[in-house]
Amino acid sequence: MTTSTASATDKLLEVRNVSKYFGSVVALSDVSMFVRAGEVTCLLGDNGAGKSTLIKILSGVHKPSSGTYLFEGQEVEFDSPREALELGIATVYQDLAMIPLMSIWRNFFLGSEPTKGWGPFRRFDSRFAKKVTREEMKKMGIDIRDPDQPVGTLSGGERQSVAIARAVYFGAKVLILDEPTAALGVKQAGVVLKYILQAKQRGIGVIFITHNPHHAYPVGDHFVILRRGKVFGDYTKDEIPLEQLVQMMAGGADLEALSHELEAASRATGSKEMAEAAAEFQKESSA
Amino acid sequence: MATVAPPTESPPADERIREVGLLGRIMVRPEIGAILALILVWIFFAIVAYDNNFISMQTTAAILNRAAPLGILAVAVAMLMIAGEFDLSVGSLIGFGGMAIMLFVSSSSTGGLAWPLGPAIVVALLITVAAGFLNGLLVQTTKLPSFIITLGALFVFRGLATAIPRTMTNRTQLGGFGDIPGADILISIFGSKIEFLGGRFDTGILWWIAVTAAAVWVLNRTRVGNWIFGIGGDAIASRNVGVPVAGLKISLFMFTALAAFFVALLQVASTGTADSLRGELTEFYAIIASVVGGVLLTGGYGSVIGAAVGALTFAMVQQGVIVTGVDGDWFKVFVGVILVLAVIFNNYVRQRAQRR
Repeated sequence: MTTSTASATDKLLEVRNVSKYFGSVVALSDVSMFVRAGEVTCLLGDNGAGKSTLIKILSGVHKPSSGTYLFEGQEVEFDSPREALELGIATVYQDLAMIPLMSIWRNFFLGSEPTKGWGPFRRFDSRFAKKVTREEMKKMGIDIRDPDQPVGTLSGGERQSVAIARAVYFGAKVLILDEPTAALGVKQAGVVLKYILQAKQRGIGVIFITHNPHHAYPVGDHFVILRRGKVFGDYTKDEIPLEQLVQMMAGGADLEALSHELEAASRATGSKEMAEAAAEFQKESSA
Repeated sequence: MATVAPPTESPPADERIREVGLLGRIMVRPEIGAILALILVWIFFAIVAYDNNFISMQTTAAILNRAAPLGILAVAVAMLMIAGEFDLSVGSLIGFGGMAIMLFVSSSSTGGLAWPLGPAIVVALLITVAAGFLNGLLVQTTKLPSFIITLGALFVFRGLATAIPRTMTNRTQLGGFGDIPGADILISIFGSKIEFLGGRFDTGILWWIAVTAAAVWVLNRTRVGNWIFGIGGDAIASRNVGVPVAGLKISLFMFTALAAFFVALLQVASTGTADSLRGELTEFYAIIASVVGGVLLTGGYGSVIGAAVGALTFAMVQQGVIVTGVDGDWFKVFVGVILVLAVIFNNYVRQRAQRR
């Protein structure tokens, strides 16, 4: 466990010793983490590690059972995601909150439509909305073909980028990304990682949730590994090489067990592939 | 969805945008199916009923007079359906609203309340819109499909529209609206005929156009319109970005009830009577008009213009069958075939729109 040398004030968002119980279930226990402006904090963990619960606390869906939540150095308590959003804590969930049959620009401004005119003639400023959509997407490095395109026609990576660009445009100071690369192919995932770096360069604090250390490592400044509801490791990039992160993520012992299992299976079936996989896991677990 | 063409503010043309021809641009509009159906139905009757004077001002006026009340209803129903909900109670509410007006204004000797016209109209309006509010509130609080809730409301309000007048007046038809002091003003606004080039057109047609224009404005040009498409597409996602889903849905149920009351008022003003059975099956006709007009049954997609054109097509078939002189039963066959064909076609158009 390492402690950061930076002062507490430059931490944009921080939770200290947060726990969350659902009845008798301990979902999170004594978790602390933070993100600074212009940095990417990666939150790693396997299924059931408590990532979703932590996201829901950060985004204002759940209140922590104990512990403190600080935003820009001030202690905060949210009754709804709306309140977190108003402070600039934007969460992009896996479902992206996008309507497939609606055009990109209508999706981009859904719920926060710019208007012009007055009284009964107050109307949705569609020209402005289309212009901004195009510009903001360009800033993220993506040139959309036609803002009138329904979102349903975009690829998974492009949809992620629209969701990220929208959050950034509406003043997100902290961007919480819930498994943005989970359902994507290698190339698409690379595109999303590029947007994460773009957001970071624009001074936004990014909390990037993933179970894939290979996605986390290239963009992360800081890695928090969750296991069974607890912080299992907390490192800056120069403190931990990728191999060790991979090992920590899955847990060396688990990988070793898996390797033995595969070895046994390969002996039983005579499968060469399984033997190779076992060797691979063996290598990673001892890295 | 105002323009499909690439915006002009990007001077260097993007090589990934294909120049889409006029036909290509028209072919992705949700209302195209209804417009095609309208043209085909017109051509069909123009040929079949040519000798029966189908192409005439009188027949055109008769078609529009039929289309107007259905169109007003279909526009409201289409907006609700785009928001992802159904209202099967609108037909009953027409009978209920009309009966409410007549019960309030009828003289004590017939069993009515003998109220002055103004308060009678206002109270009848409030009661009918409250019925819509109740529909919306129940759908929102129980989270049951609106199909079920409003199916119940269909029977409740049809029952009330029959039982209350029977108890109070011993009748299910009430007449004499024209004799009420002040009714002549309402009749001239809502229920009179305008002579134009030999056809006798209802003032309801003008109201239909006004309601449609207002709905087009709201749906395509305002924030609320964007929200309606949003909640129909994905209510939870819309709520997450701050759209007031519950309030908006309840308002739309109130709007369909308001449209039903408006149709009731038009009919009371033009016929001078109210009937417990008025508006029967109209809820289905309004849904058919909306669906033919390109509204997606599951919500999130559609057009108000399409619904208005759908209502016009429906009225044309109705009038065409009458003019042709064939048995009225054929009307149902016609409507069923057009409904299925239009939906198949609309489905194709929507898939095209998503592919481009």
